Amino acid sequence: MLDQNPQPFVEIRGLCKWYGDFSALHDINLNVALGEKVVVCGPSGSGKSSLIRCINQLEAHQKGTIIVDGIEVTPDMKNKEKIRREVGMVFQSFNLFPHMTILANLTLGPMRNRGASKSEARELAMHYLNRVHIAEQADKYPAQLSGGQQQRVAIARSLCMKPKIMLFDEPTSALDPEMIAGVLDVMIELAEEGMTMVVVTHEMGFARRVADRVVFMDEGEIIEVAEPEPFFNTPQSERAKLFLSQLLGH
Amino acid sequence: MDRNTPPPAPPKKRLTIVDLALFSMVAALIFYAGYRVTDVLVYDWNWSRVLNFVVRFDDDTGRYVPNLLLYGLATTLRLAVWATILATIIGVTMGYWRTCDNLALRILSRGYVELIRNLPPVVFIFIFYFFISSQIFTALGVDDIDRHGPLVDNPVFSLLFGDPALFSNFLAGALVLALFEGAYITEIVRAGIQSVDKGQWEASRAIGLSPFNVLRDVILPQAVRKILPPLAGQFITLIKDSAIVSLISIQELTFLATEVASTTTKVFETWILVGMMYFVLCYSFALMFGWLERRAARSHR
Repeated sequence: MLDQNPQPFVEIRGLCKWYGDFSALHDINLNVALGEKVVVCGPSGSGKSSLIRCINQLEAHQKGTIIVDGIEVTPDMKNKEKIRREVGMVFQSFNLFPHMTILANLTLGPMRNRGASKSEARELAMHYLNRVHIAEQADKYPAQLSGGQQQRVAIARSLCMKPKIMLFDEPTSALDPEMIAGVLDVMIELAEEGMTMVVVTHEMGFARRVADRVVFMDEGEIIEVAEPEPFFNTPQSERAKLFLSQLLGH
Repeated sequence: MDRNTPPPAPPKKRLTIVDLALFSMVAALIFYAGYRVTDVLVYDWNWSRVLNFVVRFDDDTGRYVPNLLLYGLATTLRLAVWATILATIIGVTMGYWRTCDNLALRILSRGYVELIRNLPPVVFIFIFYFFISSQIFTALGVDDIDRHGPLVDNPVFSLLFGDPALFSNFLAGALVLALFEGAYITEIVRAGIQSVDKGQWEASRAIGLSPFNVLRDVILPQAVRKILPPLAGQFITLIKDSAIVSLISIQELTFLATEVASTTTKVFETWILVGMMYFVLCYSFALMFGWLERRAARSHR
């Protein structure tokens, strides 16, 4: 299995997280190699989002070790920004900056963090807007775009930071059905270009096509890790069987 | 039906009989008050003596020159502008501290807000004025500024701070007012920051912005749009509250009006006139903020 890769890009060992007394993540161990695509699935409240939000420290963990690109990520570390520039993140609710144009949404990060000039940042932004197929919307405001377009802008905004890994937190869950394909296409293109990706999603078609491994979580623990075909066809654990039957059963 | 026909006109809003009755009651009340003042109250109205304190005819130059009440209005305006700037700086800083992770900063800002909100303004102003002007200003040497130095003795200084001889007096007034109003602005800013969606913080952190940039580029611009109406209200309150600093002998409109009223003994005329001056000042600010708000709403689609 790819877990044995000698130099994982993300290394998570014994990760535990609590919200008050509630144990959200318990003893998570997971490695992600450079270029690998991991899909995380599981019932709601199973800790999928918490897990990927710990990787860029949007949420603090209380126990265990997370190493990203050789740097240990801790809740009290200085300059979390440095790690976050390596780790792109796309949210369920897009979270574009509503008071800025699409272009300004994209150029903000490079101009503030990488010292890019306005024209450099603009060029970069247009490059990635082209890649997500909405360059013509550059001067509009987020509220003027459809959900699917907004999510593609959000992906482009992350890519402008030239991250080494992209985290996706249920990127299509808030979208109308007809918008989902456009976003997934962009993600598939990204995967084919070799981006390292950790994707929380229930899009089984996407998982089958792109994922190297599927991680199934329930109640804050990793229950099963498998390649997509064996996982979807012959899940080993009872909980995974139940989850998949509920997902496909309607 | 043809879809291109224009929609029916909305019903016109008309004044009903109840509205008219209400208006006539108000008119009757005003009329009655006027009757009491002119026929029952024995009072010798004399506006010209008071108006002389707005502008007076200067015999030496043969021209009309501004007098005490206009000087007072100018001081009030200066006081309002400087106190607004200072109170905004205090309010934004403290408002952010109220929401930040650092416990010490949270305690400090909370303490500041609670101290000021739970003291009567007059009491606070007396305590602070005597502390600031007698201790801090003396220690800083504000009292002994060189009135004839090139930095002070020029028209720009006079335009910004008024008479150099009264500089420390003016500064104390502006500071006290700013500290007082800053507490209320702190709470408005805090509410504004907290009203910005959590996802905005996360998204801006996720693209690696520093805490300062998160605040400046993403959170505050959105917060300001939301708090513009209460903020405008607070700025106008500040102008009105500036009358309180007349108690510590800051020579602004209310302070000078007290003097004019006692010199001329024309109490009603003085205060009605001063009331109108405050009204014009505050209402023009209100109009300006209204315009700003509409502009902000337009750029925020």
